[in-house]
Amino acid sequence: MPRRKAAPEVNAGSMADIAFLLLIFFLVTTTIETDAGLDRMLPPMEPPTDQDVIIRQKNIFTVNINKNGQLLVEDNLMNLKDLRKAATAFLENNADGSCSYCKGKKDPASSDNPTKAIISLKNDRETKYSTYITVQNELVGAYNDLRNREAQKLYKQDFTKMEAEYLNPETPSAIRDDLKDKVKRIQDMFPQKLSEAETSTN
Amino acid sequence: MAKFTKKKDGDLPAVSTASLPDIVFMLLFFFMTVTTMKDSSLMVENTLPNATEIKKLEKKDRVIYIYVGKPTQEYQKVFGSEPKIQLNDKFANVDEVGTFILAERAKKPQELQNVLTTALKVDKNANMGLIADIKQELRKVNALKVNYTTYEGDAFNNLQ
Repeated sequence: MPRRKAAPEVNAGSMADIAFLLLIFFLVTTTIETDAGLDRMLPPMEPPTDQDVIIRQKNIFTVNINKNGQLLVEDNLMNLKDLRKAATAFLENNADGSCSYCKGKKDPASSDNPTKAIISLKNDRETKYSTYITVQNELVGAYNDLRNREAQKLYKQDFTKMEAEYLNPETPSAIRDDLKDKVKRIQDMFPQKLSEAETSTN
Repeated sequence: MAKFTKKKDGDLPAVSTASLPDIVFMLLFFFMTVTTMKDSSLMVENTLPNATEIKKLEKKDRVIYIYVGKPTQEYQKVFGSEPKIQLNDKFANVDEVGTFILAERAKKPQELQNVLTTALKVDKNANMGLIADIKQELRKVNALKVNYTTYEGDAFNNLQ
């Protein structure tokens, strides 16, 4: 009778290594999905002061979207692709010459300086949401373009990148404190004044 | 010759299960990291528009979601095909948004109640009228920080 001898066991010593290798691979490659979007602040219900604030017409950049998605910018029909440029030109127009870093044309009929410039966005009730988002995106883009330019000049990096790093909770607090002042400074150079009035009914 | 024959009637050797725990742990870790808790299933169509100037919504515990869009196929018979608001797991009217925000805000810890963001996940084909009504409701309950959630991409793709 032949001796019963089982086949030798497969050496499983390296199995753990393979498992860890796979684990690390998946850990590195999977990203937990985070939502992203356009951050906006709504105006408070009651104005903080009783008396009406008087804003000169030339400091307001009106953008109207009708129900067909057409744009009326400062009473002229405009293509959506030109909006960013028009908004940028308006913001850094610098009519009163108080803004040293602006490169605007100093057109007396346009905004005095970036801190006074207000963009007013109005839309119809039947405007499509996607059109509205595109317009919002272009207006925010105009602000970001200007801020990026100044940030490049002062700190040799993009404002949007600095802000994202500042808002990221994983950034060490020492770097965050340092960024806070820089971000604040750029924001004050071109404060975002985007007013969204209630939609017109007709 | 005997060497070759004796294998024949031998039992199958047991497969080593020593590494099974490793594999199980690996799977466990994998699923632990990729799973995100989803608290409501979508009942509306939700194709978000594209935008480039976006900011990430950090800290999920500080976000309240509002979904807007056309009801999906299975709900269209009951709710029609006009865009509706979805709060948590049910359809709602505009006037319920305020109470919903207040209820959600009350559920959060005290220190987070002032820093909440409302994420509006709106289908690109919705009309602004409904959004304007929601915005008005949000202003009434002083939930002023909103985020129009979008995909990252060229904003001009929205217009096609």
